[in-house]
Amino acid sequence: MTATTDKPRLSRSHALDLLKHMIRIRRFEDKCAELYTEEKIRGFLHLYDGEEAVAVGVIPVLEKRDRIVATYREHGHALVRGVPMQGALAEMYGKREGCSGGRGGSMHLFDFATNFYGGNAIVGGGLPLAIGLALADQMRGEDNVTVCFFGEGAVAEGEFHESINLAALWSLPVLFVCENNLYAMGTALAISESETDIQQKAACYRLASEAVDGMDVMAVEGAARRAVSAIRQTRKPYFLECRTYRLRGHSMFDAQLYRDKAEVEAWRQKEPIFRFRSWLEQSGMLHPEDLARIEAEVAAEIAEAVAFAEAGTWEPVEHLARFLYAEKAA
Amino acid sequence: MSVVEFRMPSLGADMEAGTLVEWLVKPGDQVKRGDIIAVVETQKGAIEIEIFDTGTIERILVEVGTKVPVGTPLAVVRTQAEAPVLVEAAAPPTVAPSPTPAVEGQAPPPAPPAKAIKPSPTPRLRVSPAARRLAEQRGVDLDTVAASGPSGTIVSADIERAITEKAAQKTPPTGFDLAAMRSAIAAAMARSKREIPHYYLAQPIEMTACEAWLTRTNAKRPPSDRLLLGTLLVKAVALAAAKFPAFNGFYRKDKFEPVGSVHVGTAIAIRGGGLIAPAIHDADRLSLDDLMRQMRELVQRVRAGRIRSSEIADPTITVSSLGERGVEQLFGIIYPPQVAILGFGKVVVRPCVVDGHILARPVVSATLAADHRVTDGHAGALFLAEIERLLQEPDKL
Amino acid sequence: MLHEVAQSAVIEITYREAIREAIRDALRRDERVFLMGEDVGRYGGCYAVTKGLLAEFGPKRIRDTPLSESGFTGAGIGAAIAGMRPIVELMTVNFSLLALDQILNSAATIRHMSGNQFGVPMVIRMATGAGRQLAAQHSHSLEGWYAHIPGIKVLAPATIEDARGMLWAALEDPDPVLIFEHIMLYNMTGKLSADAGPVDIQTARVRREGRDITLITYGGSLWKTLEAATSLASEGIEAEVVDLRSLRPLDDATIMDSVRKTHRAIVVDEGWRSGSLAAEICTRIVEQAFWALDAPMGRVCSEEVPIPYPRHLEEAAIPQVTKIVALAKATLGKA
Repeated sequence: MTATTDKPRLSRSHALDLLKHMIRIRRFEDKCAELYTEEKIRGFLHLYDGEEAVAVGVIPVLEKRDRIVATYREHGHALVRGVPMQGALAEMYGKREGCSGGRGGSMHLFDFATNFYGGNAIVGGGLPLAIGLALADQMRGEDNVTVCFFGEGAVAEGEFHESINLAALWSLPVLFVCENNLYAMGTALAISESETDIQQKAACYRLASEAVDGMDVMAVEGAARRAVSAIRQTRKPYFLECRTYRLRGHSMFDAQLYRDKAEVEAWRQKEPIFRFRSWLEQSGMLHPEDLARIEAEVAAEIAEAVAFAEAGTWEPVEHLARFLYAEKAA
Repeated sequence: MSVVEFRMPSLGADMEAGTLVEWLVKPGDQVKRGDIIAVVETQKGAIEIEIFDTGTIERILVEVGTKVPVGTPLAVVRTQAEAPVLVEAAAPPTVAPSPTPAVEGQAPPPAPPAKAIKPSPTPRLRVSPAARRLAEQRGVDLDTVAASGPSGTIVSADIERAITEKAAQKTPPTGFDLAAMRSAIAAAMARSKREIPHYYLAQPIEMTACEAWLTRTNAKRPPSDRLLLGTLLVKAVALAAAKFPAFNGFYRKDKFEPVGSVHVGTAIAIRGGGLIAPAIHDADRLSLDDLMRQMRELVQRVRAGRIRSSEIADPTITVSSLGERGVEQLFGIIYPPQVAILGFGKVVVRPCVVDGHILARPVVSATLAADHRVTDGHAGALFLAEIERLLQEPDKL
Repeated sequence: MLHEVAQSAVIEITYREAIREAIRDALRRDERVFLMGEDVGRYGGCYAVTKGLLAEFGPKRIRDTPLSESGFTGAGIGAAIAGMRPIVELMTVNFSLLALDQILNSAATIRHMSGNQFGVPMVIRMATGAGRQLAAQHSHSLEGWYAHIPGIKVLAPATIEDARGMLWAALEDPDPVLIFEHIMLYNMTGKLSADAGPVDIQTARVRREGRDITLITYGGSLWKTLEAATSLASEGIEAEVVDLRSLRPLDDATIMDSVRKTHRAIVVDEGWRSGSLAAEICTRIVEQAFWALDAPMGRVCSEEVPIPYPRHLEEAAIPQVTKIVALAKATLGKA
């Protein structure tokens, strides 16, 4: 823990902002599920339901110049970061207008304009990339923070250990955010890690680290503020374990044989949108018309994104080999 | 108010169908977006499926226990929402079929030949790709090239050497190496049978007119100037070949090249077991006397072993006659790259029907062996008919 | 004959020193360049390539890493994406397997997969090859595996001039470039122009002209192949030797020109025979120069065994001058 703490600013507008971000993600993911069942989106689809508080708590704390590395479950991160919803959905349709030119699909959302470095389908594969981005910033004396999101499953990979060791050793400005949703696909944390306290593992590498209730968007934001502030001041990495839960299956095609329905229901009662909304209603910050407005705006934006994606075009087959290597300027 | 279909959802890239194992709703139930309304059994296990519309279940379409493909309507739902606007999604571009290289020179399979022929299992000539191409370009007959490459392969240097030797050749060879000739014949005949789909036609030709004409003509000539029947046969073939160019030329590189001139190869047996078929050039233009003279001279030169290699290579069609030997029909093997060979047996007196009467007439059996890649039986029949016609008017030959 | 060196001031230098000069030159010219890898700093480099550079450039630009191939290769990729020009030194190709995921799934893939938003201008250098009795796990030649991957470029400098000049060109390339240095070449001495600069990294070179057969090779095998050519010449066979230099992309034009001239080709490749780079080259020759061939192609590759430790077995397992000579003669039909 660091010396300074930043209290989350809880104005009504900020609160509604946070709520809208989370609802926007939830409805978007919902729409993706629907489109997937209609075969508009293909391949693999990994949805963020239940984990919204993590992305929404962390990412708005960052500056535009900061960098983000995420995983294949990155729709929420992309949206809250500002990757246009149209581009994200078109990407999932495989259309040329998608944020990765239609080339990557759901698991590989990239966006240069918002410093969003993907979208990575190899568990643990983004961590070395993140420390590299931070290394470049350090060598050039730039004041950027690189945030690396990953699931607790990555903790088993060698790359996790190599990366946090290097980050600590070389004092790199990385914020590691471990979204511990208790299951790496179908494998429970308890049966894959000898030490299940993940924040503790990071501490062993001499990283400043913290565990936080990942279902509480305010708690996540508070922790993120502390972390980012610490990184900018100390120029040392920080590790945040966000304890959360995935309400849907690992991907669309998941019979969830590995967990109890009762367990899912129990977590649903604590899920971040429901919790935050209830709290805001109780504290009088959220009025019914606010919610209606948010839902309506979100629904409209989603409908527009769907129309955009549907109307999108396909990259010509003749361009298949383009962008394998850099093209020489004409 | 509108009616929408609730369909079997795709839940995974490799899901093609699912079995409906439980309905959690029945007609009349209210449902809203996100409700779990059924359970589907897939290869991964039972998965609850949600509905994305809000409304009332109107009708169940698929019963429990049924396996249906992804996209199959499972139920009908009456919704309050407006009917969704169907946006015609642009169909993904059909991938242009990758241009498979056209197999060049692939002629459609030929009609079954007149006679079924079993290919003889002789080993292929070993020729390197470079040598093969060079030989084709320069018109070198591979059967005449000696191989210097490993395992008896003809390589490009061998072709080059053959070309140089051919150019340098000025004097005709003295004497024949019969062993070499035999192996060259073997190679040529084997190749012919391997590569040329032969068809055979036989035509008995009445020789009354020819015999009568010859008797009359030769009666006025000294023995040295007398014409033989073979001369008439060769001339008739030559004239017919000029009229039917599909039988007069070379088949090379998967196509037929007709030759403007008719050079008839005449098969001549050599004492000791050789066989050679040198050309008589422009046989269709020669008078019978000239033709006779050339044929005689050829036989003499052959017997003396003095034949020019061009004479062996030049025939555009060959005539072979075994009449002296006593066979009635001769089915020849085409000398590649020619596309036809005529065979004539001995003249025999046969009963023929003439004006309703059975009379004895001299008949010779003419056979045509032709390359079915170039001609078919119909053309061959016409060709033989022409030869027959010509031989009925020997004074016009 | 061997490529002539320009007649400016000429120095005598080893392959190792040429690479060191190349690295030094790059670090001086471009402040974005830095080098990281195991034992590159304090130790001076496993093959002494980077000896002295730590003192000259400091620990940030000559950066020792822990034994974390995947971690620091990925870091190199990230740093390149963010605008640096890292040289990642993977000690040998044998350990590169631990970084294969980052090389293939990140470096080779990111530009295409992101729709050209991000590129990876990095260089990865690795030592490769057998010949020092280092046994099975330290003797691989996996250039062919890497040359299989679209999205990267693969180089094999076999001469002093290429050792000196390829790194420069590779660092200027906006895409990932892998440079393979054969361990048997480090001690090799040769002449180099004092003002040697970058070389092109796309073409093969004819190192020896000939008429009778083309010998195609790369990297450590070049010198064995040249020796074989000399031996063949004493028997009246003039072999043309082609040094591939770039393994991805392959310079088809130079290869086919040579094959059309000599009508025969042998590939000498230290990788294992099956599925080798030699197999790829033979197929390209069939595709593009079939009608020029007077003989089937041949390959001299490593025997399909893990490279053994004892000298006689190691020698039997990898390409040798005698094997090249024998195959060339057989191809020409000479005993």
